[in-house]
Amino acid sequence: MAIAKRHPADLARQTFDYAPALESTDHVKIERRYGLFIGGKMVTPHSKKRFPTINPATEQTLAEVVEADEADVDRAVKAADYAFESWSRMAASRRARYLFRISRILQERARELAVVETMDGGKPIKESRDVDIPLAAAHFFYYAGWADKLEWAFPNRKPRPLGVAGQVIPWNFPLLMLAWKIAPALAAGNTVVLKPAETTPLSALLFADICMQAELPPGVVNIVTGGGKTGSLVVTHPDVNKVAFTGSTEVGKLIQRSLAGTGKRLTLELGGKAANIVFDDAPLDQAVEGIVNGIYFNQGHVCCAGSRLLVQESIAEPLLEKLKVRLGTLRLGDPLDKNTDIGAINSKAQLEKIQGLVQSGVEEGAELFQPECKLPERGYWFPPTLFTNVSQSYRIAREEIFGPVLSVLTFRTPAEAVEKANNTPYGLSAGVWTDKGSRILWMAERMRAGVVWANTFNRFDPTSPFGGYKESGFGREGGRHGLLPYLDLV
Amino acid sequence: MAKPANGRVDVRKTYKLFIGGEFVRSESGRAYRFDGSVNVPRGSRKDLRDAVRSARGAVSGWAGRTAMNRGQILYRAAEMLDGRRAQFVELLGSSRAANKEVDDAVEALVWYAGWTDKLAQVIGGTNPVSGPYFNFTIPEPTGVVGIVAPESPALAGLVRRMAPALCGGNAVVVLAPEKDPLPALTLAEVLATSDLPAGVANVLSGFRHELLPWLAAHMDVNAIDVAGCTPDEVTDVEKAAADNVKRVVKHPAGELSPYLITAFMEMKTVWHPVGV
Repeated sequence: MAIAKRHPADLARQTFDYAPALESTDHVKIERRYGLFIGGKMVTPHSKKRFPTINPATEQTLAEVVEADEADVDRAVKAADYAFESWSRMAASRRARYLFRISRILQERARELAVVETMDGGKPIKESRDVDIPLAAAHFFYYAGWADKLEWAFPNRKPRPLGVAGQVIPWNFPLLMLAWKIAPALAAGNTVVLKPAETTPLSALLFADICMQAELPPGVVNIVTGGGKTGSLVVTHPDVNKVAFTGSTEVGKLIQRSLAGTGKRLTLELGGKAANIVFDDAPLDQAVEGIVNGIYFNQGHVCCAGSRLLVQESIAEPLLEKLKVRLGTLRLGDPLDKNTDIGAINSKAQLEKIQGLVQSGVEEGAELFQPECKLPERGYWFPPTLFTNVSQSYRIAREEIFGPVLSVLTFRTPAEAVEKANNTPYGLSAGVWTDKGSRILWMAERMRAGVVWANTFNRFDPTSPFGGYKESGFGREGGRHGLLPYLDLV
Repeated sequence: MAKPANGRVDVRKTYKLFIGGEFVRSESGRAYRFDGSVNVPRGSRKDLRDAVRSARGAVSGWAGRTAMNRGQILYRAAEMLDGRRAQFVELLGSSRAANKEVDDAVEALVWYAGWTDKLAQVIGGTNPVSGPYFNFTIPEPTGVVGIVAPESPALAGLVRRMAPALCGGNAVVVLAPEKDPLPALTLAEVLATSDLPAGVANVLSGFRHELLPWLAAHMDVNAIDVAGCTPDEVTDVEKAAADNVKRVVKHPAGELSPYLITAFMEMKTVWHPVGV
């Protein structure tokens, strides 16, 4: 009754604070130092170099991992090569069972994996818990089923595995990217050497333990940690037959060049600068949620993030007003807090890159908006950011920022929206918001992007092929199409 | 070349490049004689860029045709080629093998003509995602495709690489076989009379070493088929291709396959929520 007596203006002003809801970490055991996972067990590395992996929210060292050298990578590839003989000849239904086992163990150990993922990478626990880990488990489950059905996937052809796959993955979705790489490779009968990202090696090292728990035959999966140099050793090793890389377009081009003339098969999943297009008939509140999910999900560390918002001119004002209000309600802070929307930026280097690009946006003349947002004292943080008055030529409209930074542009006609959306060397994803069905399909047809989300954004599923046009890479991951890069069709 | 009968002075054909639907001389004004007789245009880097620009301009129109229409046009090309069978057999040496080669080329066009409106059904599909979304995957053309035609067979080899790229809705820039360019240049006359929109197919003759590096490095070419390249050339193409993440297509020669069509295509996946 006390509330009812308040003046309506006071009611409108009252705020509700969220009590902290910290996820516990006591069920997680992180070793002080890790070796490499080669030939079915954790081995002592040849390399004497180690580096710390830190929690970006606290800057505290979580563990020390190895910077694998040439001898280590060679040992891993040899183990994979040796294992290929029996793994590729094993009855496919048996291969399937190992993958099903892995999927089940991922589900059983979901909480542990989610917490480690959040501690090592800085992403909100609600995202690692509800997105990363369930999708990773689902991916293994999906491809497990394919292992003994490959003859049905590609009509009129005999699918054959390629051999050893060298796989290098990024830090934005560490375990999920591992799943996208390892599940189809193994289902197709290949063996793998995987290098997790320098800043997020822990979930891959936990996965090594899961492989052992699943009694996966030794050498089928090998995990070597390290930075770019280790990655380069993996992809250029002469006994690696297939290379799969997810990361920046810059590094992807280096890899493509370095593999010239080697005959190695290659798939690349690279950067993006997706347009998220909102028409004047779109349901605005839904669109606002979609825009927020599109660019602030995982701190914008998403290759398919909707980093360019294209708004039809007639609704730009009301939409931006709603969007700005919504940004003010995003909760930035401890990634382990279940209420957190925006966690920590993955690394100091990435934070500096974001800061540099945001600075360029201001200097080039764009108008910056950031909600009032208290940043924790320790750790790497960047507030949700929005730029208006952006010209297509600005760096913030052209370059992948990989952070919680949205550039807003406007358009008048559908044709202009298409023109602007496609005005980029990238072509990974796109979004369109409108109530008109025929316009959705018209836009979807014209967008030069591998994934088009209509009236939704950032949805992923193991059955749904994912990958880019143009400089966003080639090859698909997910679905039946995701098997093809790991098979020779005889 | 056949000898003129009865002292007749025959009207010879000037061989030209085929760019943007027109038969043109090389802008460089140069020619070469691959067998010491006929002058063949020696295409330049500028010709190549013109061809790529024409191809780029033609992609959306060609890709936007209905699949059936593209099939009809490819079939029309088969009709035109078959109708000029005698001319091509003569160009190819009038042997039994020449007859067989023209048959192969016609067959490839007919075969791929039939694929245009079936590919999406065989290669694409709907994806049963875990959630209230309708999700489908369709193949789309990658855009501008460079085709390095095999030196031999000079006609069938080219048709077998060009037809799948056109089938999927791409526009092509062809480097004709350097030592045997006449079948490719004459094939352009077939394409020009098949209702293929201008710019969808462009054919250049000339020296491989003058054209290939620029085709491989061109930032507005999406894919390149290296069927006619030597291993060293493939390596160079693959290096240059990285500049814009070009798709480098390496498929066995002589194969007719829907997987060759999709080698020149991108898979697009579209999501939409399901709800009332």
